[in-house]
Amino acid sequence: MAQIEEANLDGMAHLVSNRAIKGETMILNMGPQHPSTHGVLRLLLELDGETVISCIPDVGFLHTGIEKNMESKTYQKAEVMTDRLDYMNTTGNNLVYCLAVEKLVDLDVPVRAQAIRVIIAELQRFSSHLVWLATSALDVAAMSAFLYCFREREMILDILELCSGQRMMTTFFRPGGLWRDVPVEFEAAVREVLKVMPRRIDEYESMLTKNPLFVDRTVGIGKISGEDALAWGLTGACLRGSGVAHDYRKFAPYSGYEQYDFEVPIETAGDVYARYLVRIHEMRQTLRIIEQALNTLPMGPVRSNNHKLVPPPRSEIGTSMEALIHHFKLWTEGFNAPKDSVYVAVESPRGELGVYLEGDGGPKPYRVHWRTPSWDNLQVLPVLAKRCLVADLVAIIGSVDIVLGDVDR
Amino acid sequence: MNEQTFIVALQSEFNGELIEFRGESTLVVQRDQLPDVARKIREMGFERLSDITAVDYFPEENPRFHLFYLFTSLSNKATLSLRVPIPGVNPGVGTIEGIYPNANWRERELYDMFGIQIDGHSDLRRILMPHDWEGHPLRKDYPLGYEEPQFTFNFDEIDVRKPYAKD
Repeated sequence: MAQIEEANLDGMAHLVSNRAIKGETMILNMGPQHPSTHGVLRLLLELDGETVISCIPDVGFLHTGIEKNMESKTYQKAEVMTDRLDYMNTTGNNLVYCLAVEKLVDLDVPVRAQAIRVIIAELQRFSSHLVWLATSALDVAAMSAFLYCFREREMILDILELCSGQRMMTTFFRPGGLWRDVPVEFEAAVREVLKVMPRRIDEYESMLTKNPLFVDRTVGIGKISGEDALAWGLTGACLRGSGVAHDYRKFAPYSGYEQYDFEVPIETAGDVYARYLVRIHEMRQTLRIIEQALNTLPMGPVRSNNHKLVPPPRSEIGTSMEALIHHFKLWTEGFNAPKDSVYVAVESPRGELGVYLEGDGGPKPYRVHWRTPSWDNLQVLPVLAKRCLVADLVAIIGSVDIVLGDVDR
Repeated sequence: MNEQTFIVALQSEFNGELIEFRGESTLVVQRDQLPDVARKIREMGFERLSDITAVDYFPEENPRFHLFYLFTSLSNKATLSLRVPIPGVNPGVGTIEGIYPNANWRERELYDMFGIQIDGHSDLRRILMPHDWEGHPLRKDYPLGYEEPQFTFNFDEIDVRKPYAKD
């Protein structure tokens, strides 16, 4: 039997106040299985009555070693793991990984593939925001919003299933384009989403935006100024809720985002309610982007025809010896990437999602590092939670929208 | 991106080598210069530290690690990256937590995953692995950790050396 250690504050005495050492305040363990911590997050709270004096996040319960594991797979095979990082934004993870590989090996993507990537990544952003709205509203006891949001999310998961055969872990984007073209039913299904969702967003807003119970629980809670938010490395809605208009889709456009007309919503209050308003507004902008991309969707190939890096179509393999050799080489050995490194970032539903990718001249990545937005957004929690009530802490955790798969990697 | 002007200004002050790849340049600085370089970068208007990570070039010993720092400036619409070579014996670097507060967790991750000592860090504990974990998982000499399969003929032999809670 391994020795069971008694819990103590020895290693963390510098993180709590002197009163905790003397036993005047209470140390309370929240999580890792607490339903309001959105996954497996453990918080050590120092409480004076109901007031949080200090808050020490303890992460790593979902650490899966994806960065280490990707080093032992070829570039194509490692992509399957990227879905598992931020499980609310699977196609967004695929997108940033594909962009990084494409930059490393200098590969061009056809315009049709870029536009479909934008549509699917934005659909995924919408579904991620729906889950955020559902769970964070549930945290402040708005049960019906939860049920409605999950109903609407099904429509988006159905579209992902239509394209890729998978509802969540799609791996639909591949280095050099897409796995295959979207089926003919795709356009009608997306049009249906575009038709239904604006009214549904109004419905959520009618339940929450002016609901006095919701406003009381969120206004003035978990405030952070724009300057502090920048210094703490916040990105996404947490930064825009504090009045800083920063969005990677505008900052350094990728995958053809510069062609689409959309706004970057900001709020200046920097509290839980501001972050809520930003995300609601973002959902409407997302629909705008999808509509423009769908209206201007060009025809053409969806995969690069550089067959040294991208497998040839299945139909060619039966008739062309060269295609067969390329297919065999790519799926047994993979392609070699230069001995250099790139950093590529995209705007995920939570903020700047970046990947640092280094090659060593061989078919496997030498080092992959994920710069995940939830990591920084969670790190600031002790600042947001200073002197708040335990019940408000739950609302704050909901409003920063962390995904623990994204934090722990 | 108009990062070129900043990187040239930094290079003239700190004399680093420039690595260029796919239109992006990275400045190599020595580890004792790092806090000064970071302070200078903050003064140049880079409000946010975006990323810190490391790469292990294991059989190499000097330098064994490269640290990678990435800064973003919203006002100048630019990003700037640094590389800091670190030797394999006593790997360590000064903290930049005082300049960019969010370096705290990222430097803890460096310590946890690569065993790099961060001098002057306020809270240097493991962050992702359990506090009593041995070794630093992202080092190249750390095994990936497959389980050794046991068969009927060698079950007991492997069972003796297999690490798990036996009783």
